[in-house]
Amino acid sequence: MDLYFSLLLQIIYGVANLALISLGLAIVFGMMRVINLAHGEFLMLGGYTVVVATNNGINIWFSILILAPLVVGLIGLIVERCLIQWLYGRMIDTLLATWGLSLLFIGIITSIFGASTSTVISPPLGTITIGDYTSSGYELFLIFVVIVLLLFVFLTLKFTALGLVARATMQNSDMASCLGISTSKIYMITFSLGAAVSGLAGGLLAPLTGVLPNIGAIYIGKAFITVISGGSAILAGTTSASILLGSVNGVMSYVTGPTFGEVALLFTAIILLRLMPTGITGRFFRKSQ
Amino acid sequence: MMRLYGSFRGTLVVASIAVLFTLLAPSIFQFFTIITLTQVIGLSILALSLALVWGFGGVLCFGQSAFFGIGAYAYSVAAVNIGGSTGAILIAMLAAATFATLLGYFVFYGKLSDVYLAVITLTVSLILYSLMRRTSGPEYKIGSALLGGFNGTGSPPLNVPGNSEAMLFPLQTFYVSMGALILAYVFAGWLVTTKFGRVCVSIRENELRTSLLGYDTRLYKLGIFAVSAGIAGLGGVFFCVGVTRVTPDVFSLGQSALAIIWVIVGGRGTLIGPILATFVLYFLTASLGSQQLMNTNLVLGGILVIFVLLVPSGVIPSIAKWFDLRRVKKFSKLKERRLKMRKHRSVG
Amino acid sequence: MSMNRRNFLRTTATATLAAPALINQAFAGSHGPIKFVSILDQSGGLDIYGKPMVDATKMAIDEMNESGGLLGREIELKIYDPQSSIQFYTQFATQAAAGDKADVVHAGITSASREAIRPTLSRYETLYFYNTLYEGGVCDMNNFCTGSTPAQTVEKLVPYAMKKWGKKVYIVAADYNYGHITAEWVQKYVRDNGGDPVEVEFFPLDVTNFGPTIKKIQASKADMVMSALVGGAHVSFYRQYAAAGMNKSVPVASTTFGVGNEHKLISAEEGDGMICAYSYFEEIDSVANKDFVARFKARMGDGAPALNELAARSYEAAFIWAEAVKAAGTADRMPVIEALRSGIAYDGPSGRVDIEPKTNHLNQNVYLAELKDQSFNIVESYQSQPPTDTLMVCDLVANPDQSVFKFENGLKAAGIDI
Repeated sequence: MDLYFSLLLQIIYGVANLALISLGLAIVFGMMRVINLAHGEFLMLGGYTVVVATNNGINIWFSILILAPLVVGLIGLIVERCLIQWLYGRMIDTLLATWGLSLLFIGIITSIFGASTSTVISPPLGTITIGDYTSSGYELFLIFVVIVLLLFVFLTLKFTALGLVARATMQNSDMASCLGISTSKIYMITFSLGAAVSGLAGGLLAPLTGVLPNIGAIYIGKAFITVISGGSAILAGTTSASILLGSVNGVMSYVTGPTFGEVALLFTAIILLRLMPTGITGRFFRKSQ
Repeated sequence: MMRLYGSFRGTLVVASIAVLFTLLAPSIFQFFTIITLTQVIGLSILALSLALVWGFGGVLCFGQSAFFGIGAYAYSVAAVNIGGSTGAILIAMLAAATFATLLGYFVFYGKLSDVYLAVITLTVSLILYSLMRRTSGPEYKIGSALLGGFNGTGSPPLNVPGNSEAMLFPLQTFYVSMGALILAYVFAGWLVTTKFGRVCVSIRENELRTSLLGYDTRLYKLGIFAVSAGIAGLGGVFFCVGVTRVTPDVFSLGQSALAIIWVIVGGRGTLIGPILATFVLYFLTASLGSQQLMNTNLVLGGILVIFVLLVPSGVIPSIAKWFDLRRVKKFSKLKERRLKMRKHRSVG
Repeated sequence: MSMNRRNFLRTTATATLAAPALINQAFAGSHGPIKFVSILDQSGGLDIYGKPMVDATKMAIDEMNESGGLLGREIELKIYDPQSSIQFYTQFATQAAAGDKADVVHAGITSASREAIRPTLSRYETLYFYNTLYEGGVCDMNNFCTGSTPAQTVEKLVPYAMKKWGKKVYIVAADYNYGHITAEWVQKYVRDNGGDPVEVEFFPLDVTNFGPTIKKIQASKADMVMSALVGGAHVSFYRQYAAAGMNKSVPVASTTFGVGNEHKLISAEEGDGMICAYSYFEEIDSVANKDFVARFKARMGDGAPALNELAARSYEAAFIWAEAVKAAGTADRMPVIEALRSGIAYDGPSGRVDIEPKTNHLNQNVYLAELKDQSFNIVESYQSQPPTDTLMVCDLVANPDQSVFKFENGLKAAGIDI
């Protein structure tokens, strides 16, 4: 019994993890149709922010929850102004540019910090015991943060003026700009918001995975597939795809090992897209956000 | 627009230059460069196949390297088991084309839209990547060929057809692979001028209109998808012969993205552009690896970003455009207007 | 930034050497510098191993040149970065052999890279050194494997850890050749010592979520974990393991932890108590080693990486080769191979090492150490251990014309019961 309970917790954590690494990409892709191949590097930069900050004696919670999203959001802002804004509507060019960007980030970080960085930050919460099994308290905290984050994005989109304008821009940017909305500004805000969310995710994961210049490559594939499987609705899509793919991955990883967990995740995504070519939300949650 | 690189005569001219290059190469380049060239030729055949299916068929296949990898693995396994390379090359192309046909049927007849096609092909490639890496133990064997997991499996060198004892020397291997590249290029150049090719181009331009004219667009898309996969499989063969080994990395996200980058840099809608881009970018990456001053990723990333901002339509089309502008201003204006209209459509 | 400093050091070093080297050359009347090529990953996923190895190699060559080069000739070091990609390994190996006409190539980190370039270098008759600890089994006249092998390290590690912690062993390993074969060795040694390998699990190199496995380890009621995990991503295992509070109850021994300087990457609480065995630790208490470490730190400045077996062995291997060149009186391949196999010994930071001629591997000292506060406390040491694993399957004295990897099909296929 204890085993099943702690397994369930593990699966929920897997789902939260998937949602966390995908949300930033989902915001950027869902709102702007920009496939950001540098998404993994935004996560990586979040992780480095936390490491550098804590090594300089800054409180770990402050680094993770405030500093990481702030710094990466700022980087996102610069990237959008210097690069992405010239490429709207050219999906493939954005793909190439963000791929270059991702190499650039890896190169810069490797030049500054070297191939591996000492990260003496341990997950700052104790352990939870369920019968004979122990789980990391930090994982529980992470699940909690993901729920809060999803709620935050939902409320922002649904109940603020910014959310209203953003949704309008997303559904019909021409019409929105005819109504006097500065779509360029909305895109800028959306992109840096997406980057900030990615930064937060990277910061949150840093104590669990450590930081490496090329760790982004591990996340990008999974995040990408989760977002596409979810479909165009940012929240409903990411959440439902994360739940489905994360559970499949968790169960299969436990039963057969990590490789088949990964393969099962990808395979589910393919079947899903074949049955629902516009993603889960394209089918069930039309016109939702 | 079509004048410089669109007609079959142009293709033949380029092919003749390539033949000349092949014959002169041994006296221009050092021996080791010739050896290295074989694997680059393999990669450039991959770029050619993507240029065909994406640039002319309009099918953005993000996982073209899946067929490339299947070709490489099929060749290695078949050559070890058969003991000769000639049949193995055919098996490799067939394996890649068959796999593409099955996958294409699944995708095109399921009426998936373009972005999702890209994602599905990418996902398939990643599945193969994970699965091949899982084959490390001695129990994963096909015939007498060990799959080898992450380490990959050895690829036998090419031999004289019919005589499996007579291995080709590096220079001969270079001639054979260059010959394959030229043949594949001429074939692709010819294919796009046939009726089949023209229907494919019209699907790229407007799928709905083409199907209303009575063409089964799914069948045409499937056709060009399978053909290009066969070519990619051929590329895989020469790549693994050049490297002497094939590892699961051929299925990785990086390899898939590289193929796309070559086509974008070379320019969509041309066949020679991506091939040249492959050669240039490959040697750029390799020379970055033999210097110690700057981080490789830093330089490569910088180049790509600058490229997208300054030469957005790719090198060859940009050159062609420049020629057009100089030669016939009237034509280019017309084209501009057409481009604008297309852009407008895609935004709307 | 460290890049610039290193380059600056290198240029100044060569500048100061240039003069004596020229004079030497004028006297010796030899033909140009001796060419030493190094092919090691300095970018991509394997750079945590490659970078310290390159630093140590540079130091070795610089020191040789400072003391007048070899046979009166300067040594020219050429370094290639294959970017953790096998295709570049083949290309650079070809370039080194056929293009640069290298006298010796020191290259390769993973077994995949070694197996990709070994045939090439053998075909072009270029002497090849592989300086990484690995799973054993290479039997190649042209290839000297200087790293430690399982019979030297794992054989000591397993009984020591089992005696301390218990007999039920859970094995986690990287999912490729090294991990699979090492896992087989571990199983063999666990059984040999009357233990029970309860489970073996393999992980692709990019796995970062070890949650499900940690639950499995708890469910298996194992006494200890043996890890043969590889690369930067797998460091997450130790973090998550500690985060679940497991490192106190089910301790870990490892065949790979530390060679990528992992012990500096995780905190003291996460790493304390882990046991490893290698042929070199930075903490070895000898005059030669203290001097070596001091020279390395002085050279590298603040950014100096910790020294591990891979880095130290890269340094030592360069000197072993140099000893053979001196003994042979030439840098030509065959005389150097003969000199190497004639029982040449070298006293390096890890102690005395010499070539075992049946396998072209090293007889070397092995140290067992326990991790405490991010550094290793050496608890046992074993003098001059032979590579008995490779000796079981390889005899280059009786059968010199060989170039094979005997364990490619696993241990059972090589006739070893596990």
